[in-house]
Amino acid sequence: MVDSSILPLELDNVSYEIDGKRLVKNVSCCFEAGRSTLVIGPNGAGKSLFLRLCHGLLQPSSGLLRWRGSDGQTGQRQAMVFQRPVMLRRSVWANVGYALSVKGVSRAEREPIINRVLQCTGLSRFEDIPATRLSFGEQQRLALARVWALSPQVLFLDEPTASLDPPATHQVEQIITAIQSAGTRIIMTSHDLGQVQRLADEVMFLHRGRLLEQTAAEQFFDCPQSDLARAFTRGELLWWHRKNPLHPPGISKEISR
Amino acid sequence: MRFFSIVGLIVSLGFAVAVNLAHGAETFITLASTTSTQNSGLFDHILPRFMAESGIEVRVVAVGTGQAIRIARNGDADVLLVHHRPSEEKFVEARYGIDRKDVMYNDFVIVGPIADPAGIRGMSDAALALSKIVSASAVFVSRGDDSGTHKKELGLWVAADIEPTVNSGERYRETGSGMGATLNTASAMSAYTLVDRGTWLSFRNKRDLAVMVEGDARLFNPYGVILVNPALHSHIKAEAGRRFIDWLTSTTGQDAIASFRIGDKPLFYPTTR
Amino acid sequence: MNDFSDAFIAAFSLLIQLDADLVEIVALSLTVSLTAVLSAAVIGMPLGAALAIGSFPGRRMLIIAINSLMGLPPVVVGLVVYLMLSRSGPLGVLGLLFTPTAMVIAQLILVMPIIAALTRQVVEVLWAEYEEQLRSLGATRWRALPTLLMDGRSQLLTALLAGFGRAIAEVGAVMIVGGNIDHATRVMTTSIALEVSKGDLALALGLGIMLVLIAVAVNGLSWLIGSPGQDRLLRSKRGGGYGRQQYPAARTR
Ligand SMILES: Nc1ncnc2c1ncn2[C@@H]1O[C@H](COP(=O)(O)OP(=O)(O)OP(=O)(O)O)[C@@H](O)[C@H]1O
Ligand SMILES: [Mg+2]
Repeated sequence: MVDSSILPLELDNVSYEIDGKRLVKNVSCCFEAGRSTLVIGPNGAGKSLFLRLCHGLLQPSSGLLRWRGSDGQTGQRQAMVFQRPVMLRRSVWANVGYALSVKGVSRAEREPIINRVLQCTGLSRFEDIPATRLSFGEQQRLALARVWALSPQVLFLDEPTASLDPPATHQVEQIITAIQSAGTRIIMTSHDLGQVQRLADEVMFLHRGRLLEQTAAEQFFDCPQSDLARAFTRGELLWWHRKNPLHPPGISKEISR
Repeated sequence: MRFFSIVGLIVSLGFAVAVNLAHGAETFITLASTTSTQNSGLFDHILPRFMAESGIEVRVVAVGTGQAIRIARNGDADVLLVHHRPSEEKFVEARYGIDRKDVMYNDFVIVGPIADPAGIRGMSDAALALSKIVSASAVFVSRGDDSGTHKKELGLWVAADIEPTVNSGERYRETGSGMGATLNTASAMSAYTLVDRGTWLSFRNKRDLAVMVEGDARLFNPYGVILVNPALHSHIKAEAGRRFIDWLTSTTGQDAIASFRIGDKPLFYPTTR
Repeated sequence: MNDFSDAFIAAFSLLIQLDADLVEIVALSLTVSLTAVLSAAVIGMPLGAALAIGSFPGRRMLIIAINSLMGLPPVVVGLVVYLMLSRSGPLGVLGLLFTPTAMVIAQLILVMPIIAALTRQVVEVLWAEYEEQLRSLGATRWRALPTLLMDGRSQLLTALLAGFGRAIAEVGAVMIVGGNIDHATRVMTTSIALEVSKGDLALALGLGIMLVLIAVAVNGLSWLIGSPGQDRLLRSKRGGGYGRQQYPAARTR
């Protein structure tokens, strides 16, 4: 069974607001197949909301979001790992099994898939343990195993290594790379610029709900196009712009490709 | 999903057991009767004998006479055994029941605290005794539940020409419950009350209560048995019901009633003696 | 006041003698109440879960209604069921009055709102945690419902026990629809009421003590089954029924 790709994903002037507050503002961009995108930006920039919009958990208040290759069946071909992993109150094994059962995979077919992903994420020895008993890092790995089992075409990851120690971060990055090399399009957020450099083909910079920049990774780190991105990559605090409002309306045009 | 099928299995099993328990005996009839008869223990004494002879189980629903008559009128019982002649006659007159027969009798007694604040001990005029209770401002506990005993008591108040409910909640306490609960109240309050002798003799929580008044002809307490009219309700087990009524009024049944005693005292006297 | 010591002696001798009548009464009590609680759970748990995660017109009204039904007086329920099941009532042809089935129905009506309301609360909390994850996995609300019930099972057990507590302790409704018929519909609570009306307070209290002991036994048993440490579903791979016990070969790795 060969799935036709649901990519590219195209956002046209997408905004999202709650109680009249615009939290994602006029984002237009496109995710092509075959690369990995890292979304960066300060806390509260709207990265998590942006991923939820793309994943379809939230509906844009205005604007258009299209899976160009889709036949309308996108839900089964994309997956997401959340900033805080949600563990079902079942065994590690059953957590993966559940995801497969929702996807409609038969019992007999689940077995080898579950074994494989648990092995690849180093969780086999925990398979009988309640998932809620795992450490935070192990839970994050289980969340990855769960989506890996689904072999999605597109995988959204929301800060999968936040609050993990360096070895665990390394492990998770390896898992992500493995998932990617199996053909999954990665779109993830991160605060770890080293990680961005290691994993990204493409970088998106979000700030206060606006997309300020979407460029190839090397270019982003060599010479970011917006001042804010430059300041961010240098590790400078981003509070100074409040005094001199910095984003003229044209700025998103400046960075859109 | 397996979980749900297990639950379903348990539930249906439970229902099956419940239904089974309900229909354990091959034939049974439902008898609507009064708490006073049940509490006396009479049914435990005579019904096993009838069952042994006939193979028919008698299931007793014991409530107040008023409610027993309503249950029978709705067709929820096959046979009615109560103790209030006027209600019974009205029941038969209205064609709700047929074949009314006298079964047994005993008598009511007025019981009260041994201290006897109203000074009625040994009297045989029940109406006079009631008026003495009122004039002594002593407490009287009434069933207040439309039962045969309650109706009898109300008749005595009429005979005494007293309206007891003017003291309602004070010296006239209407419990609105069965004979046992009313006796418990009376013994807890050291109050007077009217009770049938059967219940009185078998009652276990007498404390300082004792019989004060007995022997008045107006305290006569006859029990009648009636078959619920099968013409009104097709499901009435008329044949089995008739057999029960015939047995009760037969020599064997009457002997069984007479042989029910607590100590050496009979609680009920068969009508044919 | 020897009533209390008498009661304990009575309870103790009841336990020791364990006569057939008592066993029958206890068995019927358990059968009726457990059947009622389980049937109530079969209806009330999905209903409660639907109220927690659903969005349909009248949902709020239904929640208020269910919550208020929790306080339904048993006697009223008994009366309504009596009128329904009476030979002169709409369901009279079934001939269910004065049978254990009638008692199950009455207790089911009493218990269902409790189970539904508590389930709604449990599932609502769990849904807040699970919603995005389940939707992300592609689960519809319909699919999420059994998942939430399954994963909330340890708290839902409390709902079941609350329902069981009300059912087994209830006397007003079963007295009316069951009739307290010896060897047919006599349960623990109605025998207690009967012994009280016979004035045998010690025996009544003794039966009451037995009732408490049974409640303790049932609760203890469910605790043994339901405590997280003992949760087989949680521990085994089959947790949630996604087992692989059918594939023993896979285990030898
Ligand atoms: N349901 C909501 N109601 C109101 N405000 C919200 C809601 N969800 C998010 N926000 C706000 O939207 C902004 C963006 O939130 P978001 O979670 O996307 O930030 P983020 O870029 O992921 O930040 P972080 O790096 O801390 O994870 C925040 O200011 C947040 O407070
Ligand atoms: Mg975030």
